[in-house]
Amino acid sequence: MNPVKRIRIRGGRVIDPSRRLDAVLDLCLAEKRIVALGDSPDFEADEVIDATGLVVCPGLVDLRVYLREPGQEQKGTIASETAAAAAGGITTVCVPPDTVPIIDTPAVAELIKVRADQSDRAWVLTLGALTKGLAGEQISEMAALAKAGCVGVSNGLRQIPNTLILRRAMEYAATFGLTVFLHPQDPWLSAGGCAHEGFISEQLGLPGIPVAAETVAVARALVLAEQDGIRVHFTLLSAARSVEMVAEAQARGLPITADVAMHQLHLTERDIANFNADCHVLPPLRTQHDRDTLRLACASDVVSAICSDHQPHEPDAKLAPFCATEPGISGLETLLPLGLRLVHEGVLDLSTLLSRLSWQPARILGQPYGTLQIGARADICVFDLHRCWTVDAARLVSRGHNTPFHGWELKGRVLHTLMEGKRVFTLEDP
Amino acid sequence: MNLQESPTWLGSAKLQVDGKGRLRHFLSIEGLSRRLITEILDTAESFASLPEQSVKKVPLLRGKTIANLFFEASTRTRTTFELAAKRLSADVLTVNLPTSSAVKGESLLDTLRNLEAMHIDMFVVRHGQSGAAHFIASHASPHVSVVNGGDGRHAHPTQALLDMFTIRRHKPDFSALVVAIVGDVTHSRVARSQIHALRLLGVREIRVIAPRTLLLRHLGELGVRVFTNPCEGLKDVDVIMMLRLQRERMDSAMLPSGLEFFHVYGLTPEKLALAKPDALVMHPGPINRGVEMSSAVADGPQSVILQQVTHGIAIRMAVMSLCLGSHAAGRERLHE
Repeated sequence: MNPVKRIRIRGGRVIDPSRRLDAVLDLCLAEKRIVALGDSPDFEADEVIDATGLVVCPGLVDLRVYLREPGQEQKGTIASETAAAAAGGITTVCVPPDTVPIIDTPAVAELIKVRADQSDRAWVLTLGALTKGLAGEQISEMAALAKAGCVGVSNGLRQIPNTLILRRAMEYAATFGLTVFLHPQDPWLSAGGCAHEGFISEQLGLPGIPVAAETVAVARALVLAEQDGIRVHFTLLSAARSVEMVAEAQARGLPITADVAMHQLHLTERDIANFNADCHVLPPLRTQHDRDTLRLACASDVVSAICSDHQPHEPDAKLAPFCATEPGISGLETLLPLGLRLVHEGVLDLSTLLSRLSWQPARILGQPYGTLQIGARADICVFDLHRCWTVDAARLVSRGHNTPFHGWELKGRVLHTLMEGKRVFTLEDP
Repeated sequence: MNLQESPTWLGSAKLQVDGKGRLRHFLSIEGLSRRLITEILDTAESFASLPEQSVKKVPLLRGKTIANLFFEASTRTRTTFELAAKRLSADVLTVNLPTSSAVKGESLLDTLRNLEAMHIDMFVVRHGQSGAAHFIASHASPHVSVVNGGDGRHAHPTQALLDMFTIRRHKPDFSALVVAIVGDVTHSRVARSQIHALRLLGVREIRVIAPRTLLLRHLGELGVRVFTNPCEGLKDVDVIMMLRLQRERMDSAMLPSGLEFFHVYGLTPEKLALAKPDALVMHPGPINRGVEMSSAVADGPQSVILQQVTHGIAIRMAVMSLCLGSHAAGRERLHE
């Protein structure tokens, strides 16, 4: 790893979504921190990065990333996947608790932290299990998990069928100021399903997951959150109706936030029409109306974060008939370029996109990242807004090459990623 | 809604026809042209008289090897595919691979690779997962043809064509027909393929009759008329296609009992009387007597259920010979 230097990033378009700053400025880094913005002629740099014509923004913060370690190293390791994060301009990743073993004891949280420190490519934050073994029966030792560094609690992809246990778990989490991250999906309405219940799934004979599987779970959690005054973050919303319910709750002042996966803003149920297993995701790809509503929600602040929902797989996991494949997309390296596609299409402005990818997710996690304020940690992403490239699954840094975006021509590419002022990624010209 | 237009982007449309519009694989009805379907029906017609002759075989596929891969239990489909292959003079091999043991050990792709190593020319696949035949076809070597013998809830295209063949023999003008499909549409690959085939052949009206728990919600988008009341739905229809009701659907949250289903939807002489007097009664088998229909109807004069079984052989001969025929032509060109 490069020694920590005094770095000047010169002449870039600096965008800081934490204070709506968008100006051509120099950014000076020293002692792992941002020390100056602007000309600062007194700053003596060891290294100058010429960012003329490039965008300089906070390192991205990704709320939902499966690193696959411990337990599924055939799909990815903390070292391989944090390297992929760095290649995607992402400096902080948040890991859900469904590792093997599950993050329901401090030991597992600490193991992940140790491995992440060894890899030293991205900051790794963990969510602790909301219930022991994610079994949905007994609440976990959240005080211990918080002490071990967990920044929130979640039941991962598993549901808590018993509403009383969900209520108690939410209340107990609130006791320690832990935000509850919920992936809303009714276990009965979604049982056996692998595609959006609609015209396409009916035609392909794929068992469907209706929109109600999500809205029923959102409604249940919203009612509990309102009654007991609990802060809840919904992750991976996929349906227009869920977004409307969240918007209504926010309008009444409830402390509710939400994120969506980047692929949900680009793909729809039409993309599985030829049984393309790379488009097998959970929650499923829904209709164009859902996709368009999610896009609007990202523009309007109802959905304040966009995550990669990174789920790398070994090739065998996708080599089976559609429903028998494992769901998920290797998404770290396409997160920003797909976001920029929304900017080029006029769906989001650049500052809003970067806010959804850095400042806002950091706020949801309660962490002081995603900003370029003086004194902030020097986690930086430098990218070329106009550089065209073609996604090549085989050339992804991630161990998982499972992407439905293979062959897509995207505009916008990460050139440098710095973590605490150290280079963790530099694009080598092909 | 144009009844004849099938969405070509759906399912296996692009995979199964070669650049010259000939069959490479036979995976689903959707995406095939009316011309191709008619060609299969006409070819089947030429094979249909064969069983009545003293020599039942033709040498069309001599030297070819066909493997029947049945990951799901089947009697009718398996035996008629086997007979069809034998009557075309192919060598045929039936492999029963119950899904449970396949799941424990070898992956589907490994099974396929091993059989390919034995120089098989065609796979007939029956599998419980929707899209299984499509998956095998997209990973098979270029010289191998795949015929779908039923995949999950998705498609059972040879069944649909043998049904069309049976209808055509009795009522050749499809444009005059009103056809009702009755029963568990939700879980039925047969119904899905039938609907696409009937659309392609241009029937006047397709009706589906079932309780709401067994219906699909988007049938209207295919131009299908949906009825929950069988007395309304069966009125003046020309063809009644009953679907099989799986045992596990009865006594569940889908249906309270087989008996209640029979009382409301089961085809009895009284309900049959609502249809046209010469209406055909069809069923893909095996029949649950006293659930889907009464014995009086199943064995009655309007029933063509056993003819369907017989026609299954001719249709499967036609599909196999057309698929392997286009391959043979391709190879001959390579040698020229």
